[in-house]
Amino acid sequence: MRLTQGTFSFLPDLTDAQIAAQVAYCIRNGWAVNIEYTDDPHPRNTYWEMWGLPMFDLKDPAGVLYELGECRKVHGGRAYIRLSAFDATHTWESLRLSFLTDRPAEEPGFALERTEVAGRGIRYTTRAYAANQPTGSRYQG
Amino acid sequence: MNVASPPRGRYDAGVMKYKEMGYFDLDYQPKQTDILACFRVTPQEGVDPEEAAAAVAGESSTATWTVVWTDRLTAADMYRAKCYRIDPVPGAPGSWFAYIAYDLDLFEPGSIVNLSASIIGNVFGFKPLKALRLEDMRLPVAYVKTFDGPATGIVVERERLDKFGRPLLGATVKPKLGLSGRNYGRVVYEALKGGLDFTKDDENINSQPFMHWRDRFLYCMEAVNRAQAMTGEVKGTYLNVSAGTMEDMYERAEFAKQLGSTIIMIDLVIGYTAIQSMSKWARRNDMILHLHRAGHSTYTRQKSHGVSFRVIAKWMRLAGVDHIHAGTVVGKLEGDPATTAGYYDICREPYNREQLEHGLFFEQDWAGLRRMMPVASGGIHAGQMHQLLTLLGEDVVLQFGGGTIGHPMGIAAGAIANRVALECMVLARNEGRDIMAEGPDILAAAARHCTPLAQALEVWKDVTFDYASTDTPDFVSTVSVS
Amino acid sequence: MSDRPTVDLRAAFEASGLGAVLDELDRTLVGLAPVKRRIREIAALLLVDRLRRDMGLTSETPTLHMSFTGNPGTGKTTVAARMADILHRLGYIRTNQLVSVTRDDLVGQYIGHTAPKTKEILKKAMGGVLFIDEAYYLYRPENERDYGQEAIEILLQVMENRRNDLVVILAGYGDRMERFFGSNPGMRSRIAHHVDFPDYGPEELMRIAELMLAAQNYRFSPDAKSAFVQYLAARMQQPHFANARSVRNALDRARLRQAVRLFEQQPEAVTAEALMTIGPEEILASRVLA
Repeated sequence: MRLTQGTFSFLPDLTDAQIAAQVAYCIRNGWAVNIEYTDDPHPRNTYWEMWGLPMFDLKDPAGVLYELGECRKVHGGRAYIRLSAFDATHTWESLRLSFLTDRPAEEPGFALERTEVAGRGIRYTTRAYAANQPTGSRYQG
Repeated sequence: MNVASPPRGRYDAGVMKYKEMGYFDLDYQPKQTDILACFRVTPQEGVDPEEAAAAVAGESSTATWTVVWTDRLTAADMYRAKCYRIDPVPGAPGSWFAYIAYDLDLFEPGSIVNLSASIIGNVFGFKPLKALRLEDMRLPVAYVKTFDGPATGIVVERERLDKFGRPLLGATVKPKLGLSGRNYGRVVYEALKGGLDFTKDDENINSQPFMHWRDRFLYCMEAVNRAQAMTGEVKGTYLNVSAGTMEDMYERAEFAKQLGSTIIMIDLVIGYTAIQSMSKWARRNDMILHLHRAGHSTYTRQKSHGVSFRVIAKWMRLAGVDHIHAGTVVGKLEGDPATTAGYYDICREPYNREQLEHGLFFEQDWAGLRRMMPVASGGIHAGQMHQLLTLLGEDVVLQFGGGTIGHPMGIAAGAIANRVALECMVLARNEGRDIMAEGPDILAAAARHCTPLAQALEVWKDVTFDYASTDTPDFVSTVSVS
Repeated sequence: MSDRPTVDLRAAFEASGLGAVLDELDRTLVGLAPVKRRIREIAALLLVDRLRRDMGLTSETPTLHMSFTGNPGTGKTTVAARMADILHRLGYIRTNQLVSVTRDDLVGQYIGHTAPKTKEILKKAMGGVLFIDEAYYLYRPENERDYGQEAIEILLQVMENRRNDLVVILAGYGDRMERFFGSNPGMRSRIAHHVDFPDYGPEELMRIAELMLAAQNYRFSPDAKSAFVQYLAARMQQPHFANARSVRNALDRARLRQAVRLFEQQPEAVTAEALMTIGPEEILASRVLA
């Protein structure tokens, strides 16, 4: 399967030049870009691991691309990596853009577990197949 | 000897002009805490427009047709609404914009029903008026602060869905009537799996003989959960809980919550009180509340009479809904671009400045009330993506019902086409490209790696809805208005 | 007739706007003839290199890192800012910005502090020029656990691998820089251009002083001018002489003394002329001439 979280998941994987253009857009808007990665892509896994802190005060996307390169050296092919842009403007104060830059070589996807309860009701649990393995050995890069 | 007949007193019994009763005062300076309203007044032949405007102020506040001595038991001068400004409508002889100020103490805190009963409760049937329209209102911060506002709002909705920086995509399940629960869930599954974020019940899907509401909810949630597992994305379907009584609505909403739905939906026709009740329920239950503006066109569409949708949008932001249908501009339903831009600003901005060319007659400070997500629905398709993104921005739900389900290769293909069109357009916009000019090329380029998009562009290439709008601003930006 | 493509070097030079930058360099900086010559050479090389790339004769990004050596106050920072202009106009950097740092901005206080600190500065400077003043302080051989070495390693890596994103200019005294390169050959090999900034001669320092005063609407009286010639001769022999910086400091003190003198003389009727003029007593009062 192909995980479709993030803003550009339906497009072919972005090139570094395309990523740089999106980061430039974030910098123009005054947003700080953060790099995050995870080996548990559950749709409600909010807190991916942060690769360093959000990068404030950059003038050029190269800084983000540099850190993305460093992150890829460690996690590339064995985790999902995303860029998120934070807007500190009053009444926003949240993410304004978030997109995947990297995905593991294999994406086994999710199991949907059903527990039948009273009446015709069902309790649903979504589980990433990868999460059956201990962290660190979930994706072979 | 000094003999004079006393002048007729303000409170002598009998009939008196509204203007002379204190409802018309061009010297009145509205207070910061006053509620202000702008009416378009069209008096009957021969009726003095100032008297008509005073009558509107009177009949929407304390007056009746004759003098009553019991006024003297109250602080009547304060309670009387005052028409403080009256301007002829540009290019429309025979009608006037009357600006009326209401003291805050005329209103109950936190009650749209009280506000609407006061402002539009009585006066619209007043005989000396040929027609009357409530154009806009300024709600003072002191009043805004008595409402909770949207339970979720744009920012928190995006955080819950984990979707940022692009419009959300939805579709209304079609045909809107007749599908069984099982068949209905199939449409939901295909559309969500294909790439939409939301599907939606239509306004009149409740609990009819062909599909009981519990069946619909159960099958829909099976579809939502399956689609989530297939994509790894948070998905939702607006389960319409509108029903004959509040008790029924609460029961349906509780069931939706039990099944794990992120969002429920109500119709505008359930009434303002029911809307506020459901908003409080949504706030207590971490639920996004979608409002379908069913029925609004009966009173919002004609410029001469009724209530402008911008007023309804303001009331709904106070009442506390998270989604509200606010027009598409390019689709099949009424929507002048400038007027629609005004609605979107009311939904989404923390502060609106007076902007007559967008139909905003007053500035409006939303005092921290959350942003409502506008929804664009009705006759839109992937080929218009550059126009939709330019006109409506990124904080909007684009609902492609026919534009998804009518795809020749199936519902999932329709959903893919829409999502790819959307993402390639956002990507291009962020890269700084002029998407209004290059839109068709950008779509064509994306279609080269996406057959469903190529098919959608081909099928709907000639579809436009080019009709004159009925509800347009009276002011254009070239006219200077003081 | 040959149909081999040609380029018009002069037109390319005009189009780049380099002329304006080089003229400004000439106009605003006194003396420094060898430095200006080096900058012109480098600019010409980079322009030709860009044309060669446009014609497909080369594809490599040239190494642009530089070292500016010379005593304090010889114009290294000013020229570095002009160099950023030149690189920006030629398209070698994307933002016309110069981030100027010293050891303290790069090296941390505790274990694990240096890498993020250095990277933070590098990321902020990327797209433009990073100017490291007194770069040799990064290297402290006497302390084997010095965190400076970590900063140097990260710096080297970025200077090599992200040549498209960052130009580094190392600056400092010539002799110390030489020793630094001696113990860090990797650094030396990544520096493409060495520019040496000579000390100013007495006449150049005098012109600098007059320019500085004029910029603030002051001038020397004729006697003050000859006093300042005397002053410069004495000051240049003393330790810690810092060229233009020492001139600026001397003039700051002279202005202070002038203000005091004006108060003590006739504070009720001071002319504009008097307000503008530095007298000989302001110069002669210096300890340097005592």
